[in-house]
Amino acid sequence: MTAETRFLTDLAHLPTHGHGPRGITWWGTMGFVAIEGTVFVLAVAAYFYLMGHEQSWPPSQPPPDLMWGTIQLGAILASMIPNLWARKAGLQEDLGKVRIALVIMSVVGLIPLGIRIFEFYGLNCLWTDNAYGSIVWLILGLHTLHLLTDVGDTLVLTVLMFTKHAEPRRFTDVTDNCTYWNFVVLSWVPIWALIYLAPRVV
Amino acid sequence: MNRMPSRDEIARDGPWLDEAETHRRLERTWETPKGLWGWLSTVDHKMIGRRYIATAFIFFALAGLLALVMRLQLAAPESGLVSPDRYNQLFTMHGTTMMFLFAVPVMEAFATYLVPLMVGTRSIAFPRLNAFSYWIYLFGGIMLWVAFALNIGPDVGWFAYVPLSGPQYSPGKRADMWAQLVTFTEIAALAVSVEIIVTVLKQRAPGMALNRMPIFVWGQLVTSFMVIFAMPAVMLSSSMLIMDRLVGTHFFNKAEGGDALLWQHMFWFFGHPEVYIIFLPATGFVSSIIPVFARRPIFGYTALVLALFATAILGFGLWVHHMFATNLPHLGNSFYTAASMTIAIPSGIQIFCWIATLWGGRPRFDTPLLFAVGFVVVFVLGGLSGIMLASVPLDLQVHDTYFVVAHFHYVLIGGAVFPLLGAVYFWFPKLTGRMLNEVAGKVHFWLFFIGFNVTFFPMHLLGLEGMPRRVYTYPPGLGWDGMNLTATVGASILTISLIVFAANVWFSIVRGRVAGANPWDAGTLEWAMPSPPPSYNFAHIPVVGSQDPLWDEADGLPAVSGLRIDQREVLLTTAVDAEPDVREPMPKPSIWPLISALALTGMLVGSIFTPWAVLWGSIPVAIAVTAWFWPKSPPDTPEPAID
Repeated sequence: MTAETRFLTDLAHLPTHGHGPRGITWWGTMGFVAIEGTVFVLAVAAYFYLMGHEQSWPPSQPPPDLMWGTIQLGAILASMIPNLWARKAGLQEDLGKVRIALVIMSVVGLIPLGIRIFEFYGLNCLWTDNAYGSIVWLILGLHTLHLLTDVGDTLVLTVLMFTKHAEPRRFTDVTDNCTYWNFVVLSWVPIWALIYLAPRVV
Repeated sequence: MNRMPSRDEIARDGPWLDEAETHRRLERTWETPKGLWGWLSTVDHKMIGRRYIATAFIFFALAGLLALVMRLQLAAPESGLVSPDRYNQLFTMHGTTMMFLFAVPVMEAFATYLVPLMVGTRSIAFPRLNAFSYWIYLFGGIMLWVAFALNIGPDVGWFAYVPLSGPQYSPGKRADMWAQLVTFTEIAALAVSVEIIVTVLKQRAPGMALNRMPIFVWGQLVTSFMVIFAMPAVMLSSSMLIMDRLVGTHFFNKAEGGDALLWQHMFWFFGHPEVYIIFLPATGFVSSIIPVFARRPIFGYTALVLALFATAILGFGLWVHHMFATNLPHLGNSFYTAASMTIAIPSGIQIFCWIATLWGGRPRFDTPLLFAVGFVVVFVLGGLSGIMLASVPLDLQVHDTYFVVAHFHYVLIGGAVFPLLGAVYFWFPKLTGRMLNEVAGKVHFWLFFIGFNVTFFPMHLLGLEGMPRRVYTYPPGLGWDGMNLTATVGASILTISLIVFAANVWFSIVRGRVAGANPWDAGTLEWAMPSPPPSYNFAHIPVVGSQDPLWDEADGLPAVSGLRIDQREVLLTTAVDAEPDVREPMPKPSIWPLISALALTGMLVGSIFTPWAVLWGSIPVAIAVTAWFWPKSPPDTPEPAID
């Protein structure tokens, strides 16, 4: 461009961060949610495909214990309450509230991981037993991986918000982290139904 | 701040700063530090894009050499040049490298380089993720080729069908190398796709509403969505394969309730969209080249965009046509036959739009256009054999024969490599600042076009004569000798053409004619800045009022002011209408993407040998990724007051 650039408008007044779809991190998070959601859908498809090849389901073992999975469902759905509160605090850009909310979410995130250990014990199968065991372990493992990464992310973010780096634009990281946790929570509902109800229904 | 800032304190672009000073300050803000450290830690999408392109072409050359060895082996019956075991590795490495390390990455490489320039922004979205993506791709490729050099290269075909690739029939580590390479390349591709989607939807220059986006950008956007929904299938299935092989799962083990066809479904649910993931960006090249050399805007913009979407959607509905030879219900097969034939319609629409553009223009047959026209010819031939193969009875006759080999080379080389080479001639001046030699380019094109057809056309006939694919040799007297020899002669011509190309690239980088900003007099934004582009791409973010702004704004592009130039900042706009919305800071160079990629490589390679590598390997990965995201001190200087 030459020295005679025609300037049509000045944008200095624009903000330097925006929550949700106004910012790029939200879109990036949605991209990864789409990728991981596709992985879940395909794993579920594989589950039904393998089920279609068996006379009975589970083929040779009792279905997973309902208790721990259902406790998990309750715990993980309940985590939405502090999570939504954390999101609201992030949107308000209230550092004090955000710090409290993130500490709560760090603890709340650890609870499903604890319950998950009992869930694995309660599956009543090993991945080496048969294809049913393999796919159940795979799906539960995939969801556990999501729990782990988001809890890790929350812990790092919590520490960060207690340092000098807690600048205003970090609040968008808080709201995006809450969005991702919602995905981890909501994806558990169909997976819970698949692992615990499908073997009892068919 | 309470007082008005002095002139010197103003850290934004605009009429108050003279152009030379603006460029100087922007360069200071956006440049990659010199030296090895700078090279390793850069987040400049142009440096990474160039690197990606160069690396992909190196893998193209390596995989091409393997093809040449195979052709030499098959030139005469009962040749002893290559052992059967080595031959299995050759065709597996050839296919795997071409698909996973060349075709998809090279398209993403061009996207990485060009999309930010074309949409009018200073950086790709998530530039550190972009650097990470390149390193992971590179390390995956190195892993595969080191394995090949150590005689543990995969030997189960590029689609690694079970049970052949399972623990029973493929002991050792060869199939694991294949499965883990897939993980590397898919991580890289998925990362780039997310970057491209966000760059396209959020970083377009003001005024570039969706209906003013270059078709190339549309192609990359649609492709990126396809990657997001297709590639998880192969990542998941290759992980299931590796688990079957290493930790005793039974996904594909019939004896324990698994199923071999599950593999085929999951692989081709990725594998067929993969063809369009390669093809759609290539159509974007063609849609960029043809209007420039026809000297008129593209014909049928809306139809072309809709054709991209139609192809993408239909591309997910025909994977079973790879599985007609398996025992699937006939009604289902009919559906996939219909879908396979239907997808010819959007491709046909695109081709008619290109022909109409040329018809209504004043075509100038420079090398890029030659390759674009060569693409149309070869791809139509490949499409015709595709329609034949969509018919189940014919498919069953020629399944796993050289007819299929001929078909997919017509589609993939015709549909992707021809446009790609045209794209290299077209954008080389932008990347390097110099023109490729035109005479050498024409020699390259004709040798390539002739060599290609001499190599692959006889394979149609060989297939109809019954020659199966993937055989390391054949007995004399079956009527295959002459055509095989012809194909090998063709492969030699192809090789010569690519040597001409490589020499042209080499000499042109050193002493090619200086190109200037817009040597082809093209209309899209990537031609608005000097060649090669400065680190910050645009001194001022342009305002776009049409599909070909450089053609329609004779007095130079209008611009917006007010972005910071003392810090890395890009303009975010709304997704549909591209209204200015947010000034988003962009990250500086960082070594942590490289370290994260090294840590992840250690974990992935280690997991081939012991499942514990996943556990222990995740610790350095977590540390590196945390360090990557952790803000660096000192925090950025605060916002200067608005003048």
